Amino acid sequence: MSIELRILRQDTADSAPYWEEFKVPESGRNMNVIACLMEIQLRPVNKAGKKVNPVVWESNCLEEVCGACSMVINGRPRQACSALVGHLARPIVLRPLSKFKVVRDLVVDRSPMFQALSKVRAWMPMDGTYDLGPGPKISAAQAERIYTFARCMTCGCCMEACPQYGPASDFIGPAPLAQANLFNQHGSGALNKEERLAQVMDRGGVADCGKAQNCAKACPKEIPLTEAIAELSLETTKQMFKDLLAKGTPQSFGGPA
Amino acid sequence: MSKFIVVGGGLAGLMASIRLAEAGQEVQLFSIVPVKRSHSVCAQGGINAAANIKGENDSPDIHTYDTIKGGDFLAEQPPVKEMCYAAPSIIYMFDRMGVPFSRTPEGNLDFRRFGGTLHHRTAFAGATTGQQLLYALDEQTRRWEAEGRVKKFEGWEALSVVRDDSGACRGLCAVELTSLRVQTFPADAVILASGGPGQIYRQSTHSMVNTGSIISSVFQQGALYGNPEMIQIHPTAIPGNDKLRLMSESARGEGGRVWVPKRRGDGRPPREIPESERWYFLEEKYPRFKNLVPRDVASREIFHAAVDLGLGVDGGMVAYLDLTHIDKATLNRKLGGILEIYEKFTGEDPREVPMKVFPAMHYSMGGLWVDYEAKADGFLNRQSPRNQSTNIPGLYAIGECDYQYHGANRLGANSLLSCVFSGQLVAPAVQSYAKNRKGGDASSAVFESERKRWEERLDSIGRMDGPENPFALHRELGEVMVKEVGIVRENAALGRALAKVMELRKRWSKVACVDSSGWYNHPKLFVNQLHNMLVTAEAIVRGAIERDESRGAHYKPAYPERDDERYMKTTIAEYDPGEIKLSFRPIDASLYKPVARHYD
Ligand SMILES: Cc1cc2nc3c(=O)[nH]c(=O)nc-3n(C[C@H](O)[C@H](O)[C@H](O)COP(=O)(O)OP(=O)(O)OC[C@H]3O[C@@H](n4cnc5c(N)ncnc54)[C@H](O)[C@@H]3O)c2cc1C
Ligand code: SF4
Ligand code: SF4
Ligand code: FES
Repeated sequence: MSIELRILRQDTADSAPYWEEFKVPESGRNMNVIACLMEIQLRPVNKAGKKVNPVVWESNCLEEVCGACSMVINGRPRQACSALVGHLARPIVLRPLSKFKVVRDLVVDRSPMFQALSKVRAWMPMDGTYDLGPGPKISAAQAERIYTFARCMTCGCCMEACPQYGPASDFIGPAPLAQANLFNQHGSGALNKEERLAQVMDRGGVADCGKAQNCAKACPKEIPLTEAIAELSLETTKQMFKDLLAKGTPQSFGGPA
Repeated sequence: MSKFIVVGGGLAGLMASIRLAEAGQEVQLFSIVPVKRSHSVCAQGGINAAANIKGENDSPDIHTYDTIKGGDFLAEQPPVKEMCYAAPSIIYMFDRMGVPFSRTPEGNLDFRRFGGTLHHRTAFAGATTGQQLLYALDEQTRRWEAEGRVKKFEGWEALSVVRDDSGACRGLCAVELTSLRVQTFPADAVILASGGPGQIYRQSTHSMVNTGSIISSVFQQGALYGNPEMIQIHPTAIPGNDKLRLMSESARGEGGRVWVPKRRGDGRPPREIPESERWYFLEEKYPRFKNLVPRDVASREIFHAAVDLGLGVDGGMVAYLDLTHIDKATLNRKLGGILEIYEKFTGEDPREVPMKVFPAMHYSMGGLWVDYEAKADGFLNRQSPRNQSTNIPGLYAIGECDYQYHGANRLGANSLLSCVFSGQLVAPAVQSYAKNRKGGDASSAVFESERKRWEERLDSIGRMDGPENPFALHRELGEVMVKEVGIVRENAALGRALAKVMELRKRWSKVACVDSSGWYNHPKLFVNQLHNMLVTAEAIVRGAIERDESRGAHYKPAYPERDDERYMKTTIAEYDPGEIKLSFRPIDASLYKPVARHYD
């Protein structure tokens, strides 16, 4: 048996995309999309039998935990390593995420997502890593809730699915918003909640969300993104009133952005 | 202010970067993948620390002893002691960073049991502990990046180090993945934190970038390699054709039972095989440690049951790992994440059906040889520039790519610990080194010649147009390593493996680069990585041939006993283009006397 693939390729960041078809041998029901791409490396010819450069893609863990291998598979943004061919309609159609700049073939530049994490200060403001004893006690339920959101692997599937996010918009996107909300609620992170809220109240912050919930449905880790965004909205509104009452402007970050 | 280069942004590299940034130093951090996607995310089970909050009288001393015994008395003892004493403070540091460690009903940190100890000593965060620890360090690193103290070079691959005329390391040579531009970077010291070499074995549990290529490269530049033959085969991986995914030891820590059918060729579905016809071989043979014997022991027993006795499930090297006796709510709470992985990748629900597991290459205890400086009390001198230093002045190694902490076998959940600990230890070491370093700036000629060497090498790889496919060669290498250099090692088989590796090295010169692009050409870089993997493979096989004894993960039926007289020594490999040279170096075993290693 063989598997047919249709892949949207692009040679460089600014060249035109084109479709190419491949046929690879099927090897067992646990075969995933990455294994198909590896087959192309072993025999880099297209369906027409022409020798071509093998398709390039990004992956690392191969167990859906590193977030590297996101691509659009049969129309749906998801991880290629957990996409088993036995469950996919044929031909399998692969294309790069469309909300990020293509580097080559299926590789895209997701650095805007990492920059967004900087922007919302997604970290604990700790004094230092030297020994200062344990952190605060927290309940098992609270730890589990934090864990749910802390599993975000910056894969970008939610960003791809969000109708508001894209090159033409300032919207920061669901994943960084959920991270902002996580740090607002948690341990010493709550200490700079106001600074974080100020960032998401900016243009491109939480008010831009159309609440379509596409993001949560797309997340391979089933992170309840809309819940986080709703909480953040509420907090931002509260903060706006606070700021109005204080007749101040929203506090901005100290230090380098 | 000094300038340091860190290669690798897994737990080890990020910890070192943060500590250096905190000390006011300037750090350049290189990583092939965005650091948040480093292999450390894969760690599931947990991280060890004898915090003793389970009322079991655990202590760092017992942790030290378990680690040394678990490693079958091959590890240098003082660094292990220093690490185990530092462990509780490491857990607390992560706690303050906001890692959602699993909690007891009272809100304290929870600890679970792992292999090779009788204590509850493993802190964990759901089923993705490594991910949670890595994210915490990633966040802190981003904070330092925002402050301008750390500069990241993500999407760069380190190729080699730059050495001056005296042989000291003065910087790094690296290539950008997109543009394929080769550049050198001067630094006061270089720290390698590039992880393990799992890709040398076919379908290991490692991530794709774990080729160990840069380690092999500096080995070829003269760095010594310690205990290359000590490769850990994890007893419980799950099937998959691109990779064998791990079924964490925590499954056994939470009560999972390993068994095979008592009758050869019993083809019944596992649930239909009655209790009396199942052989729980680990529980029977090791009544004290049961299913939580160390990994080398468990892997050998599965091999024995499946291959020697022919009782393997479906006739293969497969056993059942059974959780179906535990209620579903508990399973979901304690093991949810790893059970999802099993379900996602095999399509079967492990809460209903016993899992099929088999051994897979998982970890390299061996790695770059590194030094340390002990004090009279058995602890380390934390300020010594010798700690984590390779034999090349100014070149340091930490994390899975060093050989230091696990001897002949690593205990579960001790690796995350050694990564973080060595990351902490190296920071004062390189600062002491930089402060005391004599001689001025290296001449620009040494940088230029290293850059040229790599530019030419990559160009010549780009022109390679032979009949061999590099990815196919990689598979052949991986297959022979799994087959001949795995759980059970026979000198004849090792001889075959060595011949095969040498043959592959010859055939390497006949590969085609496969990709003609001048942009993001992954195959081009892979051809170089493949060459380097073949060199490391030679060291692994030669090390295995040379060590005629059985110790930890290195098991030779022809020499079933441990031979402390001859081999309680580190295997030191030294590169030679003709044939890698091996020698043995005695270890400091002054803290704990070697005893026979029993777990029954
Ligand atoms: C599936 C699995 C589960 C595990 N579970 C546990 C567990 O529960 N507990 C435990 O203690 N241990 C566990 N381990 C072991 C542990 O995860 C690893 O040993 C550890 O994470 C290694 O960390 P590291 O920092 O040394 O390197 P890694 O996390 O492997 O990071 C290596 C870094 O180096 C970079 N790099 C590599 N080469 C280059 C180069 N040439 N140039 C630039 N950058 C480079 C990579 O991009 C990456 O950033 C597990 C391992 C596996 C495979
Ligand atoms: S709910 Fe908001 S963030 Fe999510 S997809 Fe819709 S618009 Fe985007
Ligand atoms: S929230 Fe989910 S989909 Fe979005 S980046 Fe994180 S893991 Fe990916
Ligand atoms: S390769 Fe890591 S998520 Fe798929």
